[in-house]
Amino acid sequence: MSTTDIGTDLPLPGLRSGIELVPTNDQPQTGKEYTSDQEVRWCPGCGDYAVLKAVQGFLPELGLRRENIVFVSGIGCSSRFPYYLDTYGMHSIHGRAPSIATGIATAREDLSVWVVTGDGDALSIGGNHLIHALRRNVNMTILLFNNRIYGLTKGQYSPTSEVGKVTKSTPMGSLDHPFNPVSLALGAEGSFVARTIDSDRKHLTSVLSAAAAHRGTSFVEIYQNCPIFNDGAFDAIKNNDTKADAIIPLVHGEPITFGVQDENGVGSKGLIRDTETGGVKVALVADVSPEQLLVHNAYNPDPSTAFAISRLTDSGYLNQSPIGIFRQVERPTYDDQARAQISTARDAAPGTPQDRLAALIGGGDTWTVV
Amino acid sequence: MEDGGRKVSKQVKQLDRVIIRFAGDSGDGMQLTGDRFTQESAVFGNDLVTLPNFPAEIRAPQGTLPGVSSFQVHFADHDILTAGDAPDVLVAMNPAALRANLGDLPKGATIIVDTHDFTPRNLTKAGYAENPLEGDSLAEFALHPVDLTGMTVEAVKEFGLSRKDAARAKNMFALGLLSWMYGRPTESTVAFLTKRFAKVADIRDANITAFKAGWNFGETTETFVVSYEIKPAPMSAGVYRNITGNLALSYGLIAAGVRSGLPIFLGSYPITPASDILHELSKHKSFGVTTLQAEDEIAGIGAAIGAAFAGSLGVTTTSGPGLALKSEAIGLAVMTELPLLVIDVQRGGPSTGLPTKTEQADLLQAMFGRNGEAPVPIVAPQSPGDCFDAAVEAARIAITYRTPVLLLSDGYLANGSEPWKLPDVDDLPVIDPAFATDRNHTLDNGDEEFWPYLRDPETLARPWAIPGTPGLEHRIGGLEKGEGHGNISYDPANHDFMVRTRQAKIDGIANSLPPLQVDDPSGQAKVLVLGWGSTYGPIGAGVRRVRKAGYHVAQVHLRHLNPFPKDLGEILARYDKILVPEMNLGQLSMLLRAKYLVDAVGYNHVRGLPLKAAELADAIGELVSQAENVNVNLTVPAQEALS
Repeated sequence: MSTTDIGTDLPLPGLRSGIELVPTNDQPQTGKEYTSDQEVRWCPGCGDYAVLKAVQGFLPELGLRRENIVFVSGIGCSSRFPYYLDTYGMHSIHGRAPSIATGIATAREDLSVWVVTGDGDALSIGGNHLIHALRRNVNMTILLFNNRIYGLTKGQYSPTSEVGKVTKSTPMGSLDHPFNPVSLALGAEGSFVARTIDSDRKHLTSVLSAAAAHRGTSFVEIYQNCPIFNDGAFDAIKNNDTKADAIIPLVHGEPITFGVQDENGVGSKGLIRDTETGGVKVALVADVSPEQLLVHNAYNPDPSTAFAISRLTDSGYLNQSPIGIFRQVERPTYDDQARAQISTARDAAPGTPQDRLAALIGGGDTWTVV
Repeated sequence: MEDGGRKVSKQVKQLDRVIIRFAGDSGDGMQLTGDRFTQESAVFGNDLVTLPNFPAEIRAPQGTLPGVSSFQVHFADHDILTAGDAPDVLVAMNPAALRANLGDLPKGATIIVDTHDFTPRNLTKAGYAENPLEGDSLAEFALHPVDLTGMTVEAVKEFGLSRKDAARAKNMFALGLLSWMYGRPTESTVAFLTKRFAKVADIRDANITAFKAGWNFGETTETFVVSYEIKPAPMSAGVYRNITGNLALSYGLIAAGVRSGLPIFLGSYPITPASDILHELSKHKSFGVTTLQAEDEIAGIGAAIGAAFAGSLGVTTTSGPGLALKSEAIGLAVMTELPLLVIDVQRGGPSTGLPTKTEQADLLQAMFGRNGEAPVPIVAPQSPGDCFDAAVEAARIAITYRTPVLLLSDGYLANGSEPWKLPDVDDLPVIDPAFATDRNHTLDNGDEEFWPYLRDPETLARPWAIPGTPGLEHRIGGLEKGEGHGNISYDPANHDFMVRTRQAKIDGIANSLPPLQVDDPSGQAKVLVLGWGSTYGPIGAGVRRVRKAGYHVAQVHLRHLNPFPKDLGEILARYDKILVPEMNLGQLSMLLRAKYLVDAVGYNHVRGLPLKAAELADAIGELVSQAENVNVNLTVPAQEALS
């Protein structure tokens, strides 16, 4: 078992795909076609480069017409993303990308809509729009680049920074308790919630594929290293010596284990039910029976277990984090239903718009002056 | 009329106009009563103007002064412009309603009081130490104490309602009485009640019975010996309906969608007094109208901007506090040069202010309430029916010039109503969205590209290329653009050029505006009264008073506040004195002074109510007196004083 597996089908068997109404391209595409003529201006070593490369490489695989793809971003380092992709795009204002994307996705069923945002943009100034996009389940994919710091404003703590973080605005250490983005998304009724890592291109790409195939709001947290203001924040899950113990891989249908693997790919540690708290906890596989090991079910309609798993993420320095698709369930989307209401109303209203307009304004009590 | 064998002789008096105010507790149904009386008067053919006035609290404490809700209707046999300064008739359903409105009544006014609630407890709640119906404190009025509630309960007892439910029909009894008194046709109200209470037969029958009982009471009682006749007003030929500003504005937006072929996308957060537009548009999905009740004001405009980028006519509706929240997003629409309608139904401010009262104090916010040089065109309707045309005009500007447009309505226009002559749909302007379909720039090597900021030389509008159009993929955003290609640019000269170009684009809208209509019948006026928005009615009525008294005065009313029409400067220069009445502390005056260096004189009230025509006439008279060096006496026989 490798961490690049995600285990779920694309999309859920028998369900509508997130991109099924988007026109497809009859010619094979290349990553180069998705590369705009603008010079990429992130800092050297920034994790954003890896994500951009992965997205440029992955978009041709979707096989969609390029003109039917829209990337929307807010403000922050990651929000420069749309400028570097040769699709339609909008680099909007701080925190508001989900609301703008909601308008685009609701107005047009034939577009593949993507939001690129960061931990400050999505969870601080734009927190309200994020949770409401998730609860409405608008058909779009939200990529949250989490570097646990404010980069563009030069190094203040963010809503995902650990307590005690010493930054320019917190010389004695920050006092804010951080958000766990996955817990937040699950609590906000997210229908697709996943976490991946900037440097693991295969896992990143497979999660993006599943996210695009999901009909509804797909939320993907991407751990992304900021080499300037928060370098090393994710070293534990990137370092070959430590990552086996740090990453808890979530693969649908598989027992959740991690740590040093045996010959069958089963890790030395695993997740079991915590009968005391009702949540889940880590146990040594050797200490428990195989039946006790929690088998990951991303399709579970009840989000409680997914939430419990998300709580195994360290809120301080990151030494342990579940990675993969936490939840992938079907729920009617806001935009599909909004369009259906319009079709129903249209079908029930005979006549040309012009005639119906005349009838509308002439409705109610009228009188004629001759 | 036979009444128990006695003959009650009834006299019919002719009047040219009447102002009635219905007042009661906010749960007494006064808005409905006023609205029905208005509909009856409209169907009868009177000209009319209405002024609803209600507290922000949905159910303020019963029987108290803050809980009083009122509806004033002014109807006439001639063309009128305002809801009237002072009521001729007050219908007061309880002591608080009497006390709250008494100060507005002129001597000799008629007061019809429901005596039922004049109990010691309710008198105390209203602040009366003694019952005003006893003694002679109301001696200067024509007082009619009537037990409206008692008679209503008696009239509807056959339906077996609880006493509370039976008493609730008292507003229909009052409506019936007033309908008799002013010869209103009753069919439309009976039809309305039949439809409204179709599912609850006993309530329906009780309301209709109370309504008819009120009429019959007027006809048979000796309390009222006179009924009145106000003949229909001469109006130009056509089909009319009564309409409120918010409804006319909603229809205007739908019309703009039909005439542009664009789907409407409304992103909105509920706020008084704009919510009715959201409610109305949500009913018209068959026209391709999408309404999103967003999580907040910012999301409302954000979604509308997204929809505009995707090719819809994006609209957001709000009131002053919401406009403040939308400022940054409006700036984004200015920078991305996308069509967008921002509708501000103004209310009393600052902050939460007076949610249900009217004001015009958002003009400077609309004009300047953004960071950077962010010019936005501003249009304003002048009457409830005119909200329709203003919405269509705002859409024309937004789509033609690829810009957000601010439409400034207000609480008085939103809830007030007037007869509206239905426009011929075929005569409405056709608005061409003219989406970009082709690449528009050739590189030196012969390759073709799409440049999103390559402008139309005449309008300076940029191309509107919507997703799904092959070959026109492009990125826009809030960062400064390089002229033409639209890529991010930090070049100093480019920024200076782009700031000036965005301003020039908005200024150039003036080239598309018709000349102003100057109302100066004698051609001898030295005083010009210049207004905007809902003050049109009071200004017109004030001007008429001054002219009726034999003096000269000119009037101009602005539909466009930004840019100003091209001939405004020349018109201002023609007059010695400029009076600018506004429901703010002089915001248009400030703009006029800055742009034209004229000595605009403000006439300013911020009482949450429309300006009063009589007081305004005095202010105009004062300026005429100064300009012409004459004594001005506006006293004319009351019969002749049109309003």
